[in-house]
Amino acid sequence: MKKTVFLGALTVAGLAAGAAAAGTLDDVKARGKLNCGVTTGLVGFAAPDANGVWNGFDVGMCRAVAAAVFGDPAAVEFVPTTGKTRFTALASGEVDMLARNTTWTFSRDVDLKFEFVGVNYYDGQGFMVPKALGVSSAKELDGATVCIQTGTTTELNLADFFRANNISYEPVPIETNAEAQQQYLAGACDVYTTDASGLAATRASFEDPSAHVVLPEIISKEPLGPLVRHGDSEWGDVARWTLNALIAAEELGVTSANIDELAKGTNNPEINRLLGSEGNLGEMLGLSADWAVKAIKAGGNYGELFEKNIGENTPIGLARGLNAQWTDGGLLYSPPFR
Amino acid sequence: MADISFVRTEMLPEKTPPATSVGLIGWMRENLFSGWFNSILTVVSLGFIYYVLAGVLPWMFQSSWTANSLSQCREAISAAHGEGASGACWAVVRERYLQLIYGFYPDHLYWRPNIAFLLTLAALAPILFSALPRKMLWLAVVAPFAVPWLLWGGSAWLPLSAALGFVLGYGAFRGVSQLNGSLAAIIAGVAAPVLWWMLLAGPFAALVQSILPVGIEPVESRAFGGFMLSITIGVVAIVCSLPIGIVLALGRQSNLLIVRTLCIGFIEFVRGVPLITLLFVASTLLNIFMPPGTNFDIILRVMIMVTLFASAYMAEVIRGGLAALPKGQYEAADSLGLDYWKAQRLIIMPQALKISIPGIVSTFIGVFKDTTLVSIIGLLDPLGLSNAIRADANWNGIVWELYGFIALMFFIFCFSMSRYSMFLERKLQTGHR
Repeated sequence: MKKTVFLGALTVAGLAAGAAAAGTLDDVKARGKLNCGVTTGLVGFAAPDANGVWNGFDVGMCRAVAAAVFGDPAAVEFVPTTGKTRFTALASGEVDMLARNTTWTFSRDVDLKFEFVGVNYYDGQGFMVPKALGVSSAKELDGATVCIQTGTTTELNLADFFRANNISYEPVPIETNAEAQQQYLAGACDVYTTDASGLAATRASFEDPSAHVVLPEIISKEPLGPLVRHGDSEWGDVARWTLNALIAAEELGVTSANIDELAKGTNNPEINRLLGSEGNLGEMLGLSADWAVKAIKAGGNYGELFEKNIGENTPIGLARGLNAQWTDGGLLYSPPFR
Repeated sequence: MADISFVRTEMLPEKTPPATSVGLIGWMRENLFSGWFNSILTVVSLGFIYYVLAGVLPWMFQSSWTANSLSQCREAISAAHGEGASGACWAVVRERYLQLIYGFYPDHLYWRPNIAFLLTLAALAPILFSALPRKMLWLAVVAPFAVPWLLWGGSAWLPLSAALGFVLGYGAFRGVSQLNGSLAAIIAGVAAPVLWWMLLAGPFAALVQSILPVGIEPVESRAFGGFMLSITIGVVAIVCSLPIGIVLALGRQSNLLIVRTLCIGFIEFVRGVPLITLLFVASTLLNIFMPPGTNFDIILRVMIMVTLFASAYMAEVIRGGLAALPKGQYEAADSLGLDYWKAQRLIIMPQALKISIPGIVSTFIGVFKDTTLVSIIGLLDPLGLSNAIRADANWNGIVWELYGFIALMFFIFCFSMSRYSMFLERKLQTGHR
C-alpha cells in the first residue's frame, strides 16, 4: 500500500516535471516574471547597485529577454548563483535561463544537457604582470609564481599552456577574485591569470593601473553565452533570437535612440521584419509583433549594452576586439531575420 | 642584660608606602616591570602594539566618507593627506550600509524588519532576564507568529492559522490524556497540529482571507539579504535548536530502543557531515528531487538545515551537562516519586542546563557565525554582498573596509551573547560544584 502511494507520488511528480518542462515560455508568461540566473557579482557583467537594482552586461541580456516576453525590462527576478550552484539551479527549474558568464563547452552542452543559445561575449584567458617584471610575452614566464583560481577551467588551461611551451611555473591557489587582487598586489605571485575581461576589471581597480600590463597571449577560448535547459526548443528560440536581435540591431544601425522612428517602417525589409512592421516573426516565436523593439529598447542594441557596461568609456575599458560585428572584423554574426 | 640601651615603648605611626610601590608607578612595577624578563616582554609588547596601531590608526582615520567610488576616495585622501597617503575608503560603507543590513528588502518597508527585530528582542528579554515582569512572556508567545508575518508579509490569517495548530495540539493532548494514557496523549498532541499544518492550515487561511482580507504587502525571500538574513537564520536556528537539542539529548539516554537509536543515528549523522554539505543538499539536491515548479522557499530550506545541524551539536552539549550530574540527583528524584517528565523539569534539567551554559552559548555563537556559509550557495548574506558590492565598477578593489564593517557587526552580536552567558553563569552560581 505504502509503496503504491510512493510510486503514485513519483508519477505525479514526474508528470508535473514533464508538464513544466514542456512550456517554459508559458510558465514564464503565467508567472509574469522571468527568473534569470546571474552571478553573485562580477564587475561589468552583473552587480547590484546601492538601491539593489541589478546592472551589467549579462543583466542586460536578462532584461532584453524579459522585455521581449512581457514588454517590461523590469519583469525579471534575478537569482544570484555561484559557480557551484548555477547548473543545478537551471536544471531544476529554479531559473528559466542563465546569463552568467558561462563558457560554452562540449560537456556542458551535451553531458549536462543544456542548450547554449549563442555567445554574448568572446573571452579568453590572459596574464597580467607588473611592468617592473620586464616581461613582454607569456612565454618568458619560466619559473614564475602564478595566482590562479582553483576549481575553474583556467587551472587546466594554464597547465596546458605551460606544458606545451615547455616552461615551468608555481601555482598559488586562491579562491576569489578579490583574494587574487590582494595576493597579486602584495607580491605573493608574479602573475595573475584569469579571463581577459576579469584582468581588465582588476587592473582598472588598482591604484596605479599603468604599473601593470596584460600580456598579449590569450591561451584559451572562452565563449560566454546565455543558456537554457535541453528539451524546450521554443524557449531556447526566444532566448536565442533575442540575443540575435540585439546583435542584428547593431549591424543594421538600429539603436535605442532611433528605434521608435525605424519601427514605423523603413525601406530596408530586414529592419522591418526585425522590428515587426513587416512579416510575422514575433508570432512564430509566440511573442508579440514588436518583441524585438521592446528587447532593444530595454538596454539598447548589443553595441550600446557593451559600451554602457564594459566598453572603453567605463572603468573596465574593454575594446570590442573579437566582440565586434563581423563587418568590423569581429566574430559577431547574427543569422538573418527572415 | 643591663647593656640594653634602647627599648621602644610606643608604636610607631604608620608611614605612607614608598612612592615607587603605590599608584601608577607601583602598579607598573608590580605588573609590567617586576623582573628583567617581564620588563623585556613589556617593552617588546609595547613596541608591537605601537607598530600595529601606527599602521592601522592612520589608515582608519585618513579616510574618506564622502566619495562615490574608489578612485574618488583615493583622490580625496591624497588631496587631504598628501600624495601617497593610504587610507580607508569608508565611503563604501556609507553608500552600502543599508544594503549590508537589509539586503534587497524594499526600502519603504524597512520598518517591518526593524519592528520584527525589536519584537524578537522584547520576546527574548523576559526569557533571558528573570527580573523583568512575567507578563512580558506573552510577547514570547506572540513573536514566533508575528515576526515571520512582519518579515514575509502576506495574509495575516496564515500565522493565525499556524498558531491555531498549537491550540489544536494542546486540545488533543488534554482530551486524549483524560481518556487514555500519557503516551497516547503526547502522540495525539503532536499528530493533530502536524496534520493541521500539512493539510488544512493553508486552505483555512486562504478561505478566511477570501472572506475577510487582512494583510500587508508580501516580500519574497529573494529580497532577504545582509545582516537581516544572517540574523533571521541565526535566531531561528538558535531558538529552535535548544528545545530540539534537549529532546535529542534525553532521547539518546532513553531506555526505549527505537527512540535511542533514532536519536543517536540523527546526532551522529548530522555531526558527521559538514554544514556546507547540508546547505548544498538544501540548495541543489532538494531542487532536483522535487518536481519543477515546487516552491519550497530556499531560505526556509536553509533554516531547517542550519537548525538540524545546530540541534545535533546542542544535543551533545546538553548530554555533557546530563553526564556531569551525580547519579544521586536522578535517584533523589526517583525517591521523591516524581515521574520522568517532572524529574527532568524540576531536578535534572535546571542543573544540567546550568552546567552546559558555556557550551550552549559557544554553540549559539558558532551557529550565528556559520550563517555566513550561505554565501556559498548564492544567498547574499553580508559576505556574499561584500562580493556583490565589489562587483560594482565603482567599488572594485575594496576589501578591508567591507570586511572590517562586517566583522564589527558580527563582533557586536557575538560579544553580547558571550557577555550574557557570563552574566547568567554568575546569576545561577550556587556555590557547590
